[in-house]
Amino acid sequence: MLEVLIFATLNGLVTGFLLFMLASGLTLIFSMMGVLNFAHASFYMLGAYFAYSLSLYFGFWGGLIFAPLIVGALGALVERYGLRKVHASGHVAELVFTFGLAFLIEEAIQFFWGRDTKNYQTPDLLDFPLFTLFGQEFSAYRGFMMTISIVIFIALYYVLTKSRVGIIIQAAITHPQTVSNLGHNVPLIFMGVFGMGTALAGLAGVIAGPVLTTFPGMATVLGSIVFVIVVIGGLGSLAGAFIASLLIGLLQSYAIASDVGMPDLLNLFGISFDRSHPLNDLWTMNLPQIAPVLPYLLLVLVLIFRPTGLLGKREE
Amino acid sequence: MKKLSISSKITRPFHKFLSAISLVSIFMLSNASTAQEPVRIAFMDPLSGTFASIGNTGRTILEFAVDYFYNSKGGILGGRMIEIVSLDNKQSPNETQLQFRRAVSEEIQIIFQGNSSAVASTLSQTISRHNRRNPGQEVLQINYSAVDPILTEDNCSFWHFRFDAHANMKLNVLTDFIAADPDISSMYIIGQDYSFGQVVSDTTIKLMNEKRPDIEIVGNEFHPIGQVKDFTPYVTKIVSSGADAVVTGNFGADMVSLARSIIDSGLDIPIYTFYAAYDGITATLGEGGKNKIRLIHNGVANPLPTEARKQFNRDFKIAHPNYDVTQPRIVNALQMVVAAMEETQSTDPYDVALALEDMRFTTMAGEEIWMRAQDHQIFQGLSVSVHTDEGVEFDADNSGWGLVTEYQVPLEETVVESSCQMRRPNR
Repeated sequence: MLEVLIFATLNGLVTGFLLFMLASGLTLIFSMMGVLNFAHASFYMLGAYFAYSLSLYFGFWGGLIFAPLIVGALGALVERYGLRKVHASGHVAELVFTFGLAFLIEEAIQFFWGRDTKNYQTPDLLDFPLFTLFGQEFSAYRGFMMTISIVIFIALYYVLTKSRVGIIIQAAITHPQTVSNLGHNVPLIFMGVFGMGTALAGLAGVIAGPVLTTFPGMATVLGSIVFVIVVIGGLGSLAGAFIASLLIGLLQSYAIASDVGMPDLLNLFGISFDRSHPLNDLWTMNLPQIAPVLPYLLLVLVLIFRPTGLLGKREE
Repeated sequence: MKKLSISSKITRPFHKFLSAISLVSIFMLSNASTAQEPVRIAFMDPLSGTFASIGNTGRTILEFAVDYFYNSKGGILGGRMIEIVSLDNKQSPNETQLQFRRAVSEEIQIIFQGNSSAVASTLSQTISRHNRRNPGQEVLQINYSAVDPILTEDNCSFWHFRFDAHANMKLNVLTDFIAADPDISSMYIIGQDYSFGQVVSDTTIKLMNEKRPDIEIVGNEFHPIGQVKDFTPYVTKIVSSGADAVVTGNFGADMVSLARSIIDSGLDIPIYTFYAAYDGITATLGEGGKNKIRLIHNGVANPLPTEARKQFNRDFKIAHPNYDVTQPRIVNALQMVVAAMEETQSTDPYDVALALEDMRFTTMAGEEIWMRAQDHQIFQGLSVSVHTDEGVEFDADNSGWGLVTEYQVPLEETVVESSCQMRRPNR
């Protein structure tokens, strides 16, 4: 049982940190522009595909460095020549724009790369078990994923709270007019943040691609969960996104690892049903089976009891 | 003068009626003069979304086979071409209903469909209802891949023909193969949480209890289909359960992710699957899956038995270098449907269905396969093949890796009873 607990925690943390890389960009973009970027997970997918193609020529490390830069540049262009123009027509137009963009990116990826799974592998350098516990290996690559995510988190935290750029960004979020009057180029800051956010999503794609497989559905699988995190954490709150990411990563991991279910709960009350009961599906349901749905359940609960999210500040 | 007065008496509606008649007659005439209108066949499978790659490959094989065997040789039924119409059902039962309506409105009477037993069930029910209400406009379902047994058992339909062995037939052979391995003493079953995944789990447990009661089932896990990002937590459970073997009915991305997580965890146990090959899966598994991953499938993998079958593969590869002949059963299905049409000189689904019943057909692999009339289930030899790079004449994903058949069971031994009580349309 102990080994399951340890590995469940590790797995949960790896997933949690990865989710945070996506959620951080999304929540930053939301707090600045007031719009949820539906195409955010598509940039994550773009990152994986770019890195795959680059890795064929420059190896994994080339992909790791250049793919996020390309995705970030694309993101910046989208902001400059797409979102900024649409912005004049209001939030709904922006929302629809990013929604359409998500479809566009997915189709474009299928057009250029095809629909099959891409053979994007972990680098040979990291192809060894970091440690073996109770007969199960924890691959070095997973350790690497975790390290990258933690470094990004610390760097992001430092830049946003301690550096001059961060202070300007924070000011631009709340008081864009004033910042503009002080002589800063606010649209440029917006473009930069959007580019940065998408680059982070791209980076997440680069490091997730080899383990979570690179295929055209990868954005869909992760897309909705990222929104859940941003909402649970509180829209626009970076710290909230961090907590929610780890919370959901661990929640899912523990739920899968657990072996409890409705039968156990019913046994507690001394109730039992036979298999032919019409509600058999309900009685035999167990926690691992519904693990992937738990985040959405949590989302509903949070929205009911704390609509602003864990750390969100809603200004009306 | 007389004529003029008559024509002036002709009223406007009558004019319209006349022109309508002339239009219809022109239409009929032109129809008669170009009697060689194509035989249209719908291919309804996911062509977008998470499982698009499987559908896309299937369509490519069907279209290639149509050209290869018929259109390039002057068509069928004395010169009619076959036209494949692609309908994207996104592997969703709802979308399937919509696409079915479209097929009907385009007067297509034969639908090839394979992916997802849930979709196949929906389609089968929809078609049965439609055919009952619209005699003369029936539609035939050619199921080349959906393997939930119920489709040819309790829910069998006269209008549904299955060209793949169903899950119980496959599991019967697979469990024989597993039971013969004395090193296995415990087993873990993991699958997608829908009809097919449940069938795989239930049947495996039942059969293993009969064949090797000493093998302990140490896990029986279901996960939502196409929703799991990372299978590592599941693999953790497999490792801690101490299982000697894994059985899964997963397909598509769920299959790759699961196998990769198992390989990455350093777990060195055999994985018995239905669909762990092609569409990028073989290339992705590569070295890590060598001699670990096994598949149960109909027909045979390497070495291919006949020159005709090899030549088909080679010609297909020339035309579509990035695709593989993943499902030769699509070709079998097409050939049998065409044989039924030629036999009856008709494309009417009722005639075709009657001709298909009890048909024995020799495939390009030189094997005689049989369509049982009782439940419309195909019977042919089944194989267990292993993922390897040795002795692979025809690889998958251009990766050098592919499947080599290890264990073969002839047609006669795959025949199982069916509970099907078919309701036949009375004509």
